[in-house]
Amino acid sequence: MVDERFEPKIVAFLCNWCSYRAADLAGTARIKYEPNVRMIRVMCSGRVDPTFVLKAFALGADGVMIAGCHPGECHYLEQNYKAMRRFNMLKHTLKAMGVEEGRIRLQWASAAEGVQLASAINEMVDQVRELGPLNWAQNWHEDGEVEAAIQRIEEEHAEVMEVPA
Amino acid sequence: MSEKVGVYICHCGSNIAGVVDVEDVAKFAGEQIENVAVSRDYKFMCSSLGQELIEEDIRKEGLTRVVVAACSPHLHEKTFRRACANAGLNPYLCHMTSIREQVSWVIEDKAVATEKAKAMVAAAVKRVELHEELEPSEVPVNPNTLVVGGGITGIQAAIELADAGYPVYLVEREPSIGGHMAQFDKTFPTLDCAACILTPKMSDVGSHPNIHLLSYSEVEDISGYVGNFHVRIRKKARYVDEEACTGCGICIEKCPKKVVDDVFEAGMGYRKSIYRPFPQAVPNWPVIDTESCTYFERGKCKACEIFCPTEAIDFEQQDSYIDIDVGNVILATGYDLFDARKVPQYGYGRLANVFTSLEFERMCNASGPTEGKIVLRDGITEPKSVAIIHCVGSRDENHNPYCSSICCMSALKFGHLVMEKTDAEVTSFYIDVRTSQKGYEEFYNRLLEEGMHFVRGKAAEITDAARQPGEEGKLIVQAEDTLLGKQRRVPVDMVILMSALEPKADAKDVGLQFGISCSMEGWFTERHPKLDPVATMTDGIFVAGVAQGPKDIPASVAQGAAAAARVQGMITAGTVEIEPIVATIHEEICSGCKICNNLCPFNAIEFLEDKEVSYVNAALCKGCGTCVAACPAQAISGAHFNNDQIFAEIGGILYDAIGGNGAKAPAKSKEPAPA
Ligand SMILES: Cc1cc2nc3c(=O)[nH]c(=O)nc-3n(C[C@H](O)[C@H](O)[C@H](O)COP(=O)(O)OP(=O)(O)OC[C@H]3O[C@@H](n4cnc5c(N)ncnc54)[C@H](O)[C@@H]3O)c2cc1C
Ligand code: SF4
Ligand code: SF4
Ligand code: FES
Repeated sequence: MVDERFEPKIVAFLCNWCSYRAADLAGTARIKYEPNVRMIRVMCSGRVDPTFVLKAFALGADGVMIAGCHPGECHYLEQNYKAMRRFNMLKHTLKAMGVEEGRIRLQWASAAEGVQLASAINEMVDQVRELGPLNWAQNWHEDGEVEAAIQRIEEEHAEVMEVPA
Repeated sequence: MSEKVGVYICHCGSNIAGVVDVEDVAKFAGEQIENVAVSRDYKFMCSSLGQELIEEDIRKEGLTRVVVAACSPHLHEKTFRRACANAGLNPYLCHMTSIREQVSWVIEDKAVATEKAKAMVAAAVKRVELHEELEPSEVPVNPNTLVVGGGITGIQAAIELADAGYPVYLVEREPSIGGHMAQFDKTFPTLDCAACILTPKMSDVGSHPNIHLLSYSEVEDISGYVGNFHVRIRKKARYVDEEACTGCGICIEKCPKKVVDDVFEAGMGYRKSIYRPFPQAVPNWPVIDTESCTYFERGKCKACEIFCPTEAIDFEQQDSYIDIDVGNVILATGYDLFDARKVPQYGYGRLANVFTSLEFERMCNASGPTEGKIVLRDGITEPKSVAIIHCVGSRDENHNPYCSSICCMSALKFGHLVMEKTDAEVTSFYIDVRTSQKGYEEFYNRLLEEGMHFVRGKAAEITDAARQPGEEGKLIVQAEDTLLGKQRRVPVDMVILMSALEPKADAKDVGLQFGISCSMEGWFTERHPKLDPVATMTDGIFVAGVAQGPKDIPASVAQGAAAAARVQGMITAGTVEIEPIVATIHEEICSGCKICNNLCPFNAIEFLEDKEVSYVNAALCKGCGTCVAACPAQAISGAHFNNDQIFAEIGGILYDAIGGNGAKAPAKSKEPAPA
């Protein structure tokens, strides 16, 4: 590599039933995709607390992906709809905080969609590479109260981010 | 007290070690991640020696936590949890991270792969430190089993279980069980008559004291979990009282209304408005098809009622519902046939003498519409030449990429039947002839000897436009003979299209209903393609037969029996362990806002009016964690996926990023590391 290309770090939250299995399938099928994504398994996309996303940004992620079963196919019936509403709120909030929309992505991937998951990852990595580093954590690095600051965001936005039942 | 974590990096032969520098990862974990007491790499962690390694370290080194970086937890989490339990460590204090599926199989660059593996190991260590001991709960297994689909697969499964002494509910959508096999004349490769081997099994089902046959019925709703499912079944109105009907069939005889039978006769024959699909139907009570029945159309007729000797006809009958409890479910819902009209160049539906495989099966059947005579659409003329086209809708990227697995053998069977019953010449147009099971290649050789012709090439078109002498009035199959390397035009009287097997049109809905996934095409997905072919990711739901993927009758029967054996194992064990991954609400933190109350799709959350707090009923909670994420007071914690564990995992996975607080930070942490 001659010119130092920016390699973003992307954290992906994958639901256990569809998307994590899609990642398994991408592996079994030996589909190569960008290595920049690091995956965390949750039982359902509905488990993804907006604070997980904020935390990931605060700890140095340049992008966050949330992946779950297609609408109507959630293993827990309908929790991905809740994830979807929460995601829209979150996008809104992040925008207000100056984080570009392209840094978060909600991706549906069924257990059979290894290829689709891999290409969504590639797309997102390209997009975030284009946006450049977020440096959120660094901005806060000096203030010494990272935890408190994150906590404040969580609290201030708890209500907006909540899903009306 | 800090934990003592053991880290085990698996080589998986060369699957992982070929790409990831496993020694470097092990060294990294041992030297740079806090609280790692032991860090090793090993050829095959899942082997008994690999497991013993972990067990020994737990005993000798006093490990309190274990991380295994290997394949997907979906494959071996149970294996390593068991190893921990063997050595006295609570199994939930073990965590797996998938450096094969997510690293070595998807990344080519070794250095980059090794970096990613390190981050994943760091995350696993950070997470596992916060794991809590959990105890799976044990629940009883209801000995009743629900089998959905009464084709040969479902029949086999039901009989196996019933013979072993366990009650079975067999739900079949159609008026009779039997599935596709009941439509066939002979079965390859032995050519035994389908009815001769199937109907005894069908009557066994009908009369078995342990089998509750619910035909003309569908599963309306299912809830519960392994060992304890509640199922609501809708029995569609037959308009015939099952208690009173003796199955004499006088009503069918007297019914004045005849319609084309698109289902059992594949459009080749007729049935009455009150009918049973075929004479040996089980159960043999007829049903009234309200769409064609004169009484339902015009309010008069009732011929069947007038002639029924037992007053069994009941025009007022309504759909009824039956609620049952079962411990396990076997889905054996079979397949649909590809609609040959989707390949217009083959002319099905336009050219009269182009038949589908199923139509031809009915034609060959002695009790079918032509009484077994092979004739053209006019019903009298015997063909002098027949072409059989393989792979119609299979192995075709415009339709289905997969091989339907049974068509080549069916084509050979058809070739034999045509030559046995007529003097016609038979030519097969194939891409490859696939005869890989026992006795199949021999059958192919037999057909070669019997004089069936084979042209290697996919038919491009079937037309009735004659261009050369000898083609008038014929169907011409145009194909490139790839062995001779030239175009051929073969004039024939009759063409049979070997249509693909396709997932049932509603397979995805059925999958959703039972909480299991399907492949892109719609075949049910098994738990493991090699090692666990009839279980699914949802405990207590098994799949068998063609519903899982194209296969012949012997393989379908084997899977039906295998699924039954798995269920028997569950019943014999008597109880089953349920993952303790459930949500709990901390009363002292809960503000009673009730936000969570309506979020749970399983109604697991109640509001305790006296204490003014919410409460999760652990027996109903399935552990999705949605309520955990939603509680503004953070009063709910989701076992094994609690906030602290996930935060720690995020920290670990970003250990090398700016601000990363995961491991003892490596020197380069100020720069975003080139991954
Ligand atoms: C033309 C042709 C010829 C063949 N010849 C041979 C042969 O000679 N030898 C051989 O070994 N194999 C042959 N096969 C393959 C054979 O048909 C299958 O292997 C076998 O029938 C599979 O049985 P099954 O029970 O899995 O599926 P099916 O026979 O399709 O049975 C499924 C049953 O489930 C019912 N059902 C579906 N969905 C539901 C639902 N939601 N609720 C309730 N009930 C439902 C259906 O009504 C049906 O009765 C042939 C196939 C074709 C197309
Ligand atoms: S959302 Fe939280 S605080 Fe509100 S009722 Fe539920 S558990 Fe209690
Ligand atoms: S974790 Fe899911 S299933 Fe359990 S109570 Fe909360 S919302 Fe219901
Ligand atoms: S389980 Fe996949 S989104 Fe809910």
